[in-house]
Amino acid sequence: MQLTVWTYEGPPHVGAMRIATAMEGVHYVLHAPQGDTYADLLFTMIERSQKRPPVTYTTFQARDLGKDTAELFQAAARDAFERFNPQAMIVGASCTAELIQDDPAGMAEAMRLPCPVIPLELPSYSRKENWGAAETFYQIVRHLADRELRPAPRDGRRPLANLLGPTALGFRHRDDVIEITRLLATLGIDLNLVAPRGASPADIARIGAADFNICLYPEIADTTTRWLEKTFGQKSVRTVPIGHGATRDFIAEVAALAGVDPAKALGTSNMPWWSRSVDSTYLTAKRVFIFGDATHAIAAARVAQDELGFTVVGLGCYNREFARDIRDAAKLYGVEPLITDDYLAVESAIQALQPELVLGTQMERHIAKRLRIPCAVISAPVHVQDFPARYSPQMGFEGANVLFDSWVHPLVMGLEEHLLTMFRDDFEFSDAAGASHLGHGSSAPAAPQPFVSSEVEKQAASGAQSVSTSPDTDGSVEVLVAASEVATGWSAEAERELQKIPFFVRGKARRNTEKYAAEMGLSAITLDTLYDAKAHYAR
Amino acid sequence: MSVLTLPEALRPSTLPGSAADCAPVLRERGQREVFCGLTGIIWLHRKLQDAFFLVVGSRTCAHLLQSAAGVMVFAEPRFGTAIIEERDLAGMADCHEELDRVVAELLARRPDIKMLFLVGSCPSEVIKLDLAKAAQRLSTRHHPVVRIVSYSGSGIETTFTEGEDACLAALVPQLPAAQHAAQQLLVVGTLPDIVEDQFARLFAQLGIGPVAFLPARRSGALPAVGPDTRYLLAQPFLGDTARALEDRGAVRLDALFPFGVIGTTDWFRAAAAAFGIDSLHVDAVLAPYQERARRAIAHAAQHLRGKSVFFLPDSQLEVPLARFLAQELGMTPIEVGTPYLHRRHLARELELLPVETVISEGQHLERQLDRVRAAKPDLTICGLGLANPLEAEGLTTKWAIELVFSPIHGFDQAGDLAELFARPLRRRDVLRV
Repeated sequence: MQLTVWTYEGPPHVGAMRIATAMEGVHYVLHAPQGDTYADLLFTMIERSQKRPPVTYTTFQARDLGKDTAELFQAAARDAFERFNPQAMIVGASCTAELIQDDPAGMAEAMRLPCPVIPLELPSYSRKENWGAAETFYQIVRHLADRELRPAPRDGRRPLANLLGPTALGFRHRDDVIEITRLLATLGIDLNLVAPRGASPADIARIGAADFNICLYPEIADTTTRWLEKTFGQKSVRTVPIGHGATRDFIAEVAALAGVDPAKALGTSNMPWWSRSVDSTYLTAKRVFIFGDATHAIAAARVAQDELGFTVVGLGCYNREFARDIRDAAKLYGVEPLITDDYLAVESAIQALQPELVLGTQMERHIAKRLRIPCAVISAPVHVQDFPARYSPQMGFEGANVLFDSWVHPLVMGLEEHLLTMFRDDFEFSDAAGASHLGHGSSAPAAPQPFVSSEVEKQAASGAQSVSTSPDTDGSVEVLVAASEVATGWSAEAERELQKIPFFVRGKARRNTEKYAAEMGLSAITLDTLYDAKAHYAR
Repeated sequence: MSVLTLPEALRPSTLPGSAADCAPVLRERGQREVFCGLTGIIWLHRKLQDAFFLVVGSRTCAHLLQSAAGVMVFAEPRFGTAIIEERDLAGMADCHEELDRVVAELLARRPDIKMLFLVGSCPSEVIKLDLAKAAQRLSTRHHPVVRIVSYSGSGIETTFTEGEDACLAALVPQLPAAQHAAQQLLVVGTLPDIVEDQFARLFAQLGIGPVAFLPARRSGALPAVGPDTRYLLAQPFLGDTARALEDRGAVRLDALFPFGVIGTTDWFRAAAAAFGIDSLHVDAVLAPYQERARRAIAHAAQHLRGKSVFFLPDSQLEVPLARFLAQELGMTPIEVGTPYLHRRHLARELELLPVETVISEGQHLERQLDRVRAAKPDLTICGLGLANPLEAEGLTTKWAIELVFSPIHGFDQAGDLAELFARPLRRRDVLRV
């Protein structure tokens, strides 16, 4: 058993729902207990879908268990077919139905429905959402692809590509598809199909007619792409076009495969000039921590280092299936890869590294807010605001523009940073006023986390018995920090000097000084220790 | 003529042509678009300030709580999920030992927790993990620091608010026995603190006491119960809790649920009658509150009078709320769906609904949506999985969960309650896009 409050990924059947909802003409019959319909609202509320996900749940209850839940399943499947008349159905079990072993696959087969029925085996107790999505997409393609189909001879026709991976509830999938489609059109390449998003079973049947595949989101499409390579001999584009440089690499790779001239598409984003302009000088070597799904995290690291001049101090992902890719990337930046689905591990890594910017998921946004570190979202899971009304791709040249704006926005602007140091005694710039970039209400100290097991809390508990850890009291971060000061022997003079350091680097200064004092075997921290440490760690 | 203009209307009685207790109920089976009882944790944990809710379940359970709790997951949650893994199922790990380990880890990290609920889920029920036994074992181990109680919030056994019923029913045997022989009042059902405080003040003004609330805000302050306890249900979904209280000798006071002027008046009257309070005194105390509430709902009533409303099943609040909308705001309920109909607790509410109203229990989602589309109601009350799709079809909706999370009981919330229904209709009228 694993104690969990936050999960980065849902169960695998939610991944299957993302595929079914993305497609047209597919219906999912899910053997699941009453209550599992909650997952519908991810689509209707977060993605603001105008239609219900095409999912029929058996919603069995306790009183059904003694009787024939199998019959319930068959009735639901029959009703769903009659009502929705799908081109294909997928059938499977959620975690509870997996335990009662009703075998939806066998039952559906026995019904001989007049449409293809694709059984799904999604092990709920060992796999998660992304895996479920990838497996579902793979099974659909494997069952429905016309294996005889091959691309027509070129004879001067435009090259044809499949765009694989975009789903429902995918982070910016809607706009990425538009951006990449546009880019391919500039290159003179047509799309055979985009799948699963927007594709019908009839479209999937034609998948073999493309000259090559573009694996846009490896988390979803890698399994399928590899199967297509093997079965149809289709080559695949593996560069994920997130960032200015990656987009250019992507164009080169696509152009080489398609046998077209890349030059037409090598337009540019505003990113290179925006980044070279002197406004951006202050971004140099900003320490950034990156976490998300592996694809977005790896792409973000390249943009951060090569295109914005940041220093990558941490890199990680929550999907173990792509752990190797993260390890390889982490080597490039000389950092320890962090592969975990435990947000507490991510939180302590961020706390230890004291980055100046966090790029992560919705989860890291909350961690960063609590630690008062600027943050931008680069990957699912995301909340409703990251399914925006406006055009905001992550991919392609417009995507590079969006990345520049959304990552720089939360940072204290250079001038503001300067003013904060110069005029720190003015009331507008006092600690209590907070920084404008952290938004409304940021001056209020964040509430303590339930499971914080950091040194800070331990010190707080030992250093100040009066500090309550009760959830509903205002035991603030400030109080906890104050308690730790007592424990580490800061002199009053050093402490006062520390308070003169702008709050957004104070945490780092404190840690560095304490680490330095510990290394030097100093029991008390004086004014000199503070500045000795500063010199020691000077970059 | 509006019911509200008649002073005697404050004494609810059977309206001519109203649905009788024996009115037929449409019972349906099929896909149910409802939450499971685990969702109750989201509001229960805010109320019980030193309790922690540990769900023993799957990743789906954790995902549900996260989706339902939204950003609250980061505020300061006192709930979590012990996710059952493959090794637990394969017998490679002893589930009970694993649970003991997780609980010990949790309690070491959270010394402020005084009560721990082990909450059963569909997976834990299906593998027959005996959480009652685990609670007993762990209680012995962690006595007297932490009290450990178990209940089921699984989807196979509970629908949405029934999770609160299961939780409170599990608490009832833990309540101390009432020592004094004098009659005391117990108000049952989670109410927002502000509403609870209003009610406590009003009971004091009326001269009713002592009054206690279940659940209490702290586990150390659980109310006592005994044969001299008279209890009022503040929520309509507390069937098992009521039974557990009656097993301990407590007596239910029959009343309308405290929604709107008429419901709240009747609710306080039922208590006053049981405590022998002079009815003239009751009228005098309640009059200014009634007057204020009537003024507060008049504004929303303009938008709602004559409009039709269709309730899809969600929380069991549907029947009393439909009564409020029909009787006090002049709306026409077409169908009132409820996941479970407790006929005895709702008998008087049902009497006050117009005779044409269809009462349905359970759900066959697709057939019910066909009825919604055919009826074209002015307002459809439904869950978030259905709200946007129905809006896209041109129907105006009010999402039901808000009715469980918002303060809606009592005189001073009557206006807010009416406004919750009026707002979507007003929005429909003001938008020019």
